[in-house]
Amino acid sequence: MGNQQTSIHESLTGRLNAGFVRVANAWGNVVIQGINTLGDISLFAWRMIVWMVTARPRRETLMPNFYAVGVLSLPVVALTGTFIGMVLAIQSYHQFKTMGLESKLGAVITMSLVRELGPVLAATMLAGRVGSAMAAVIGTMRVTEQIDALVSMGANPIHYLVVPRFLACVLLIPALTIMADFMGIVGGYFFSVVVFGIDHAQYLKNSRDFVGGFDFFTGIFKSFFFGATIAIVSCYRGFHCQAGAEGVGRAATAAFVQSFVMILALDIVLNMFLDGIYYALWPTSGTKLL
Amino acid sequence: MDDALVSQLALDQRPASHSLVQTENLCIQFGRQVVLKDVSIAIPRGQTVAIIGESGCGKTMFLKSLMGLIPATSGRVLFDGKDIHSLSEQQMTALRSRFGFVFQNAALFDSMNIQQNIAFPLEQHGVPKGRSSRDLIEQRLREVGLPRNVLPKRPSQLSGGMRKRVGLARALILETELLLYDEPTTGLDPIMSDVINELILRTRRKYSVTSIVVTHDMHSAKKVADRVIMLYPYSRLLPGESQILFDGTPEQLDHTKDTRVRQFVRGEAGERLMEMLASQTNHVEETPHLHDTIARREADR
Repeated sequence: MGNQQTSIHESLTGRLNAGFVRVANAWGNVVIQGINTLGDISLFAWRMIVWMVTARPRRETLMPNFYAVGVLSLPVVALTGTFIGMVLAIQSYHQFKTMGLESKLGAVITMSLVRELGPVLAATMLAGRVGSAMAAVIGTMRVTEQIDALVSMGANPIHYLVVPRFLACVLLIPALTIMADFMGIVGGYFFSVVVFGIDHAQYLKNSRDFVGGFDFFTGIFKSFFFGATIAIVSCYRGFHCQAGAEGVGRAATAAFVQSFVMILALDIVLNMFLDGIYYALWPTSGTKLL
Repeated sequence: MDDALVSQLALDQRPASHSLVQTENLCIQFGRQVVLKDVSIAIPRGQTVAIIGESGCGKTMFLKSLMGLIPATSGRVLFDGKDIHSLSEQQMTALRSRFGFVFQNAALFDSMNIQQNIAFPLEQHGVPKGRSSRDLIEQRLREVGLPRNVLPKRPSQLSGGMRKRVGLARALILETELLLYDEPTTGLDPIMSDVINELILRTRRKYSVTSIVVTHDMHSAKKVADRVIMLYPYSRLLPGESQILFDGTPEQLDHTKDTRVRQFVRGEAGERLMEMLASQTNHVEETPHLHDTIARREADR
């Protein structure tokens, strides 16, 4: 009887150990793969930077990308910005009204838009509209040997394909952010003043009093990093696309999901960094975050 | 001594220094998967070599490694005596103006029209002195038998044969010294296949280019090549065996004693199906057919 119990105990312990090893192995693989990917993306970004500073991109590669990022993304960014401003007004109005603070709605809406929602929204729209397309186009070029053809004819694919896309995203995302901010403020103003009947002068005064130049700077500054992230992640995913239509589809999806996650993660880091700078410059302005 | 043997001796006795392109113990490996192992091939100027072999034997990898598109795991690739892997990116870019690559599916840029596609190498390396870009494009287009009205069209508006001819025109635009063709007749009807074969021959006659043609098409290989090299998948080689199963003239192909070469040339499956099924069920050691095949190969050798 005693021997049987010992044997059952040993068997269970063995199984538990094996299960633990399997789980540890699986998680270990995930971590190693994550570190490898991060290293790969960093090298990819480094090569892109080297090409960007050592060779001037061609005008004919820049213009179509500037057009796709700057011009074609503008309507969708403006539209979503407007809706977000309106939604903010609707969501905040009743809660502020119960406290008698509805006249402060302008400050809340404008601050939320210029510091946070404008840049993140513009970046999200760009990642969805342009980032996925970048990954799909470059991925298709990879699987149909067009990238090999570029190399065989003496063109560097990083210089030819990635640098123009990177420049387009980094240089034009601030414009898209300003557009998202502006349309969001217009949307918020419309619902607050026209629909809810908040005093026009009070709304504008509170907006002006509470929102400063540093808040606008924060939003624009963050947008440069978001644009760079979208371009690098999307192009990297395109370059590492698996064969076939499924591979291209996966690359496009991964480009958007990873860009979005990185935008949000960067947003936290940059907010902490910028708050640190703000309170270092103006220590009496309020509670310091860092 | 018969003609084939004389031709073979001539191939074997040529000095290595006359080779335009040469590989020395070229190995290409992805993780544990060995694609090419110790492949040494020297190709003299002006020669047209057909590289044949079943799918997965590393023909395309060999071709791409010659252009530096795929880095060698070990070994050397020499072009005109220079080790291409020791060249800087700028030197390699300059060297690539001496190569032309005709891709299996043409690999034309979707975002450009035909004129921009053909002109692309000129944009990268410059237009030769005394020529205009437009003249060169129209001349190459005439040479591959395409009308001028295809120039504003997109690649998606052309048939497979037309796209391949545009690919050839693009590869020829810089008057290259080495032309690499990756399965140029695959997916084409017999007439268009022969048109491509004729174009390969005419290109060689007109420009005296050295050509390497990777193909499954035995008719094409025999028609265009001075020399045929057969590669065999590394995973199916016997220990110590070279991956180059055959290296000789097209005439010698029909008289080779190696069963594997004969089967490939005639398009006979032989024991391949049994081998595939055996490898699928992981009973390779227990499959009598494989033992028979290996024994026969030993005898052939």
